[in-house]
Amino acid sequence: MEILFILIPIAIILLGFAIWAFFWSVNTGQYDDLESPAHSILFDDDEDMIPDDAKQGKKNSSRD
Amino acid sequence: MNSSLNSQHSLVKCFHCGQDVPKGVQFVANIKGTAQPMCCPGCKAVAETIVSSGLEHYYKYRQGDSTFTPDLSGTELPSAIQDELKLYDNASIQQNFVITLEDDIKEATLVIEGITCAACVWLLEHHLVKQTGIEQASVNLTNHRARIRWHDSEITLSSIMAAIYHIGYQGHPYHPDKEEQLLELEKKRAFRRLGLAGLAMMQIMMMSIALYAGALQGIEDKIEVFIRWTSLIIATPVLLYSARPFFTAALRDIRARHLSMDVPVSIAIGGAYLASAWATYTQSGEVYFDSVTMFTFFLLIGRYLEMQARHRTGRAGNALLNLIPDSAIKLANGQEILIPANDLSIDDVVLVKPGHTIPADGIIVAGYSSVDESALTGEYLPINKTLGDHVVGGTINVENPLQLQITEVGAGTKLSAIVRLLDRAQEEKPAVAKIADKVASYFVAAVLLTAVIVSLIWWNIDPQNAFWITLSVLVVTCPCALSLATPTALTAATGTLRQHGLLITRGHVLESLATATHIVFDKTGTLTEGNLSLKRTHLCSNTDAQTVLEIAAALEAHSEHPIAKAFRKYQLQTADSMNAELGQGLEGNVDNIVYRIGKPEFASALCQQKLTYDDAPDHNGQWLLLCNSETPLAWFCLNDQIRKGTQQTLAILQRLGLKIQMLTGDNSAAVQDVADELHIDQVVANASPKEKLAYIQKLQKQGAKVVMIGDGINDIPVLAGAQTSIAMGSATDLAKTNADAVLISSEIERLTDAILLSRKTQYIIRQNLSWALLYNLIALPLAAMGFIAPYMAAIGMSVSSLIVVGNALRLTKLVRRNPVK
Repeated sequence: MEILFILIPIAIILLGFAIWAFFWSVNTGQYDDLESPAHSILFDDDEDMIPDDAKQGKKNSSRD
Repeated sequence: MNSSLNSQHSLVKCFHCGQDVPKGVQFVANIKGTAQPMCCPGCKAVAETIVSSGLEHYYKYRQGDSTFTPDLSGTELPSAIQDELKLYDNASIQQNFVITLEDDIKEATLVIEGITCAACVWLLEHHLVKQTGIEQASVNLTNHRARIRWHDSEITLSSIMAAIYHIGYQGHPYHPDKEEQLLELEKKRAFRRLGLAGLAMMQIMMMSIALYAGALQGIEDKIEVFIRWTSLIIATPVLLYSARPFFTAALRDIRARHLSMDVPVSIAIGGAYLASAWATYTQSGEVYFDSVTMFTFFLLIGRYLEMQARHRTGRAGNALLNLIPDSAIKLANGQEILIPANDLSIDDVVLVKPGHTIPADGIIVAGYSSVDESALTGEYLPINKTLGDHVVGGTINVENPLQLQITEVGAGTKLSAIVRLLDRAQEEKPAVAKIADKVASYFVAAVLLTAVIVSLIWWNIDPQNAFWITLSVLVVTCPCALSLATPTALTAATGTLRQHGLLITRGHVLESLATATHIVFDKTGTLTEGNLSLKRTHLCSNTDAQTVLEIAAALEAHSEHPIAKAFRKYQLQTADSMNAELGQGLEGNVDNIVYRIGKPEFASALCQQKLTYDDAPDHNGQWLLLCNSETPLAWFCLNDQIRKGTQQTLAILQRLGLKIQMLTGDNSAAVQDVADELHIDQVVANASPKEKLAYIQKLQKQGAKVVMIGDGINDIPVLAGAQTSIAMGSATDLAKTNADAVLISSEIERLTDAILLSRKTQYIIRQNLSWALLYNLIALPLAAMGFIAPYMAAIGMSVSSLIVVGNALRLTKLVRRNPVK
C-alpha cells in the first residue's frame, strides 16, 4: 500500500487546485446569477440558424 | 376596433399581464396568429412591440405574469416619461453610473423593475441587442441588474431606457453605495467559506472511511499516521477560514456575558480540532476531523441561506432611489439649469414639472398644483397646494408645474427626519428570546460542569486516561443535533414560505410570528390596493356603459391625477380643447361634443343643472359626474379597493386568536368604510409616523407581541420599531429593507400560512431540541464511564443529526388552512 504515500498527496494537490478554481470563479462573479442560465439554454431562439432541410416537419408544430 | 358589450366574459384575463380584463373593454393583440385579449392599451402596445421584434417566444417560456403595466397608449412614450429619460443623457448625471470604456463605447448598470422569471431576462437581452448601437446586454435574474454596453454615437442612453420601457419594464441607474458594496463582498466571502468547507469535507470523509474500516479490521500504523496528518492539513483551512464567523461571534457573545448557540458550536469545533491535532501529533487517542468539517459545512449552509434571504429584499437598488430624484431643475437668472439634487442649497428656486418628484422641502413661490403625499401620510388622494404652501421632498407633483423655494435640504428634510426616527426605533426594538439560545446557555454550562467533574473523578481513578475520557465527553456531547435543531427547521420553513410569497429576512421572524398576539395593519396600500379604481358606473341617461366610459377615459387621458389612472383602461378615443380646473374637474371635446367630468357642481354647471354629492346614488366612495351640454350622463364611483381575500384572511387570523388593529395616517371617511367592511374594531386614524411608533411601543410595553404590516414611507419607523414587521411587496425599498419580512406577491392570505407554519416550526424545534437533549443524556454517562469508541460516537452523532434534519424537512409543506364560512 506504499502507493498511498503518492496518491494522497496528489489528491491534496488536486484539492488545492479545486479550491483555487472555486475561489477564482466566485471572485469573478460566475455565481452571481444561478437562475437564468439554467433556463436560457431551453429557449429555442435559434430557429433561423437551423438549415431548411434539417427542420423537422414545420407543419405539425404542436409545441405550443 | 368594435365595442360591443355582448361578447364580454367577466373572467377574461389579459394575455400579457394576467389581470382581469374590465367589462366593456376590447383590446386584442395578434400573437402567433391568434387574437389574444388585452386589458389596456399599455399591455397591447407592449405585446405588439414584443411580437414585432420577433420575440413572441417570451410568452411560451414565461412563468407567472408580468407585474408592471406601462403607461403606454400607442407606440410613443408619454411626454413626461420621455422628458425624464432625456435627463439621463446629461453628462453630469451620467458621471455617477456610466463608465466610458473606449472613445465612444459606454457601459452602465441599470436596475430593471418588473423582472419575474427567466423569460423576462431572455426577452430583455434579445430586445436590447436588437437595437442598433447596443454592443452587449446581460441581465442578471437574481439581482435584476442589466449591464449594457453601447456605442454612444449610435444610440443614446435615453433611447435604451425607452426600449426597455417599450417591452414593459423600467430601468433605473444603479450606483451602489458603500454599504451595498460591503454586502456584495460579505456575500462572496460567505460563499467561499461554504465552498471550502464542502470540498474539504468530501476529501476528509473519504479518508475517514479508511480510518473507520481500519479500526474494525486493522490498519498499518504508518498509514494510519499518514492519513491522520493529511486530514489535519485539510481540516486546518476549514477551521481558520470557514469556521471563523462562529469563533468571532462566540468571542463577542462571551465578552457580552451571554451564552448564545455560537459558544457551544465554537467549543465543539475548536475542541474537536485541537484534540484531534494533539492525537495526531502524539500518535494516540482518536481523531475527529470528519466531524469538524461536516459540522462546519452544515451550519454554514444554514447561515448562507439566511443571509441570502436578507440580501434579496430591497437591496436591488439604492434604498432611496425612486424617492428622491437624481436631478432638479434650478432657476437662476431666468434660466433653467439641471443640477444633481444633492447640490441644491437653501433658498434656491427650483421648477418641478408635473409627474416629477419634489427634490427637497420647500415653499411654493409660483404656480398651483396638487401633490401626491401618499408615501408620507397614507392619504391616497393628492392634496391641493397653492402659493405659500409647504411641500415635502420625496412627494410627487401631480398636475401643474410648480416653482419652489427650497427651505430644507439633506439631513434637515422631513424625509431624513423619518429616517432618523427609524434608527431610534430599531435600537428600542424589543428583543425576541430565542429558544435555542436559552437552551444553549444551560447546555453549555451543564456540559462544561460535567466535563470538569468527569476529569476530576478520572484523575483520581486513572490519571493516564483522564484527558482522553474528558475529551470524549466533550466530543460526544458535541451539540451537533442541538445546534442543527433550530437552523434546519428555520431554513426549511423559510424556504417553504418563500416559495409561497413571503420572504423572511431576519432570523427571529418565525419565532415571533408564532407567539404574536396583535396584528396591526396600515390601511392604504396594505389592506387596500393603494390606488383608485372604478367601483360602479351609474347611468343617468340611455347611453350605454361602454360609451360613457370611453368618453370619460378620453377626457381623463390628459390628466396625471390618480383619478385619471382609474379610467386609463378604457381609453380608445382622444379628446381635444382640454381645460382643467384644479380640484374641480376637466372639460373637453370628444367627437365635437363638449363634456365635463369631475365634481358634481362643476360638471352639472355645463347643462344648467345643480347637482351635488347628495344626488349621488349613495355615499360610499368618491363620486364623479359626467355631463354633456344637455344632460348628466353618468355617475362614476371610485374607491381605493380592498385587496382580494383580505376579509377572509382577517377572519381566519381572528379565529387563530390574534387581535386585529388598523393604524393609518389617513384621515378621510374611507378609514371607517374599510374598518366596517373588514370588521376591525380597533382603529387609529390620522397618526403621524411618530405617533404610529409611539402607539406600537405602548402596546409592546403592555406586553403585546405585535406584528406590524405596512408599505409607505410613513410606516418605516413603525416597521422598524415593531417586534415583527412585514412590508408589502409593492412597498418602497426603504420600507422593505427595514421590515423583517416581505410579502412579495402582496397577497394578504399568505399571512395565515406564515402564522400556521411558524407555529408548526416552533413545535418541531421543540421536538428536535428534546431529541438532542435525550441523545446527550444517554451518551454522556456512557462517555463519562469510558465506554464509547470513536466510531460509535461518530455514528451516534450522524444518526441524531439525520433525525433532526429529517424532522425539520416536514416543514417543507404548508399547513392547511381551514376556510371560515
